Amino acid sequence: MYKPNDLILRTTTSLIAFILLGFAVYLLLAGHNSPGGGFVGGLVTSAAVILMYMAYGMETIAKIIPVNFRTVIPVGLLIAVGTGLGSFVFDVPFLSHTFGYFNVPIFGKIELATAMLFDIGVYLTVLGVTITIILNIANDQ
Amino acid sequence: MSNLAVLPIIIPLIAGILLAFTNTNVRLSRALTQILTVVNLGVVSFIAWKVFQDGTIVLETGDWIAPYGIVLVADSLAITLVLTTNIIATAAVFYAPHSLSIEKEKHYFYPFYFFLITGVSGAFLTGDLFNLFVFYEVLLMASYALIVLGGNKVQLRESIKYVLINLFSSVLFVTAIAFLYGVVGTVNMAQIAERVQEVEQFGILTTIAILLFFVFGTKAALFPLYYWMPKSYIVPNPVISALFGALLTKVGIYSILRVFSLIFVHKIDLTHETFIWIAGLTMIFGVIGALSTNNIKLIIAYNIIPAIGFIMMGIGTFNQAGLSGSVYYLVHDMIIKTALFLLVGVIAYVAGTSDLRKMGGLIHHYPVLGWLLFISAFVLAGIPPFSGFIGKLLLLKGALQGDHIFIVIIALLSSLLILYSVMKIFIRGFWGEENPLVEKRTTKGFIAPIVFLLLFSIFIGIGAEFIYPAIDSVAVYLLDPEIYIDSVLKE
Repeated sequence: MYKPNDLILRTTTSLIAFILLGFAVYLLLAGHNSPGGGFVGGLVTSAAVILMYMAYGMETIAKIIPVNFRTVIPVGLLIAVGTGLGSFVFDVPFLSHTFGYFNVPIFGKIELATAMLFDIGVYLTVLGVTITIILNIANDQ
Repeated sequence: MSNLAVLPIIIPLIAGILLAFTNTNVRLSRALTQILTVVNLGVVSFIAWKVFQDGTIVLETGDWIAPYGIVLVADSLAITLVLTTNIIATAAVFYAPHSLSIEKEKHYFYPFYFFLITGVSGAFLTGDLFNLFVFYEVLLMASYALIVLGGNKVQLRESIKYVLINLFSSVLFVTAIAFLYGVVGTVNMAQIAERVQEVEQFGILTTIAILLFFVFGTKAALFPLYYWMPKSYIVPNPVISALFGALLTKVGIYSILRVFSLIFVHKIDLTHETFIWIAGLTMIFGVIGALSTNNIKLIIAYNIIPAIGFIMMGIGTFNQAGLSGSVYYLVHDMIIKTALFLLVGVIAYVAGTSDLRKMGGLIHHYPVLGWLLFISAFVLAGIPPFSGFIGKLLLLKGALQGDHIFIVIIALLSSLLILYSVMKIFIRGFWGEENPLVEKRTTKGFIAPIVFLLLFSIFIGIGAEFIYPAIDSVAVYLLDPEIYIDSVLKE
């Protein structure tokens, strides 16, 4: 049987995917104030996942990440639209944004913003869409 | 500030997202879709009532003040069209389960249907030219998914044309917005309108106006840009064709109506005079198309084009009678086109073919269907007392006030030919000998949504006394851009 010789790909993937996933989290958290955001964070994450798919194959990754990426899309959309709906509860214009400073143990004083929640929704949507599209094309015989 | 203005956009959006979770459970999907659509219709009716009572509702999203943030403007024109959209949508969702295969329903028909409604409502409600582009993309994305649903060979062939032409016009749209931003420095429609009056470079503004007209004309299927439309609208399932035929081209014509009554009114003798000629040509060529074919779906799809011509004629004459005629005809045409598309869907289903030459004698088995088509043809062509008549009467009055005799003659002639083109379906399909080879099929469930739409159509015609004052106030409102500008910028 044909056995691919991909030792280099697999070794570097474990390192690169790790860096990519960490950077994606940074981008997501930095998003609402500085360069970054849910969109690019989602793209970087899906790049890491796709890289792992390429190195380890469909079956292995499907076992490690037992997530149907197609359902990630509506979950993300629901979170993003849900943050907009909060404005109906507080009686402010749709998609209004607010933030506050909180003292959290270990991290100290940090800023939390509602735009962050919206970004998480965007992040999940982009992740789901990108991986669904690429896997569909890859599976197409 | 009132969050009411965003509800017609946000309810279908959430509904679409929820239905993406339930796609494998078809019964649940159907029930949820029907409930949520009716809820949305109720909410929109309430908003419409409020707008006609208390005036325009403006929402500055995210609490950003008007020219800087994105505004949603639920004025009388926008909310009338959103209400009509929802009436059509209600009929369509009750028709859909009978018309679509389970397989298609599982492949996300309902979420994409809701996203289509989101995009259409958003395009009507937005007060920001760039956002108009965004909502165009929302409804186009949904329509791309719907047009290939099922994945037939012919669907894929037509959808490539459809996607390419729409991508091209979207590119031009953004370019035109960029040019306009370069001249007036804003994308807020109220502020553009305000600054266009002050800017002295009418030459460049007219160029941008014509560029935008080209974009909207492509979407609205005006002469000579309609070539992509009829064939691509008939390939998907009848219920999808009905939504496309009723909504997508009308968003294009709405955009023309909005932009050329609010923003580009500085050179009416050039732009609006041209519109009248284009309207006439659109009517002639559309009707020729409708007469040239024996495919019943294609006949109805071609009939979209002269209707767009009629609405365009009112925009061109640009007086009170003409504009109220345009709005009246727009509402009338959205409803009756949906009814006709749904009807020919059933006719093609029971006859087993959409080719008129192979049909005949359907009246023996399906008398209700026959008479519904007969009434629809009368409504469409504008026989009094149905709704098409009031719309056309106003349009012709507007044209005569503006001394456009030629267009009146063309309009009357093409009305006659429209009647003939639909009557052809009745005569060839329902009269004559029946084809013994075709088995009898049930029309249960198909009829109620069509009757629902026809009742609305007849009400708009016979109840003109109730409807006309509202439509007339819309026309007065459109002739005075200051009201729109004031309601958005000086709250």
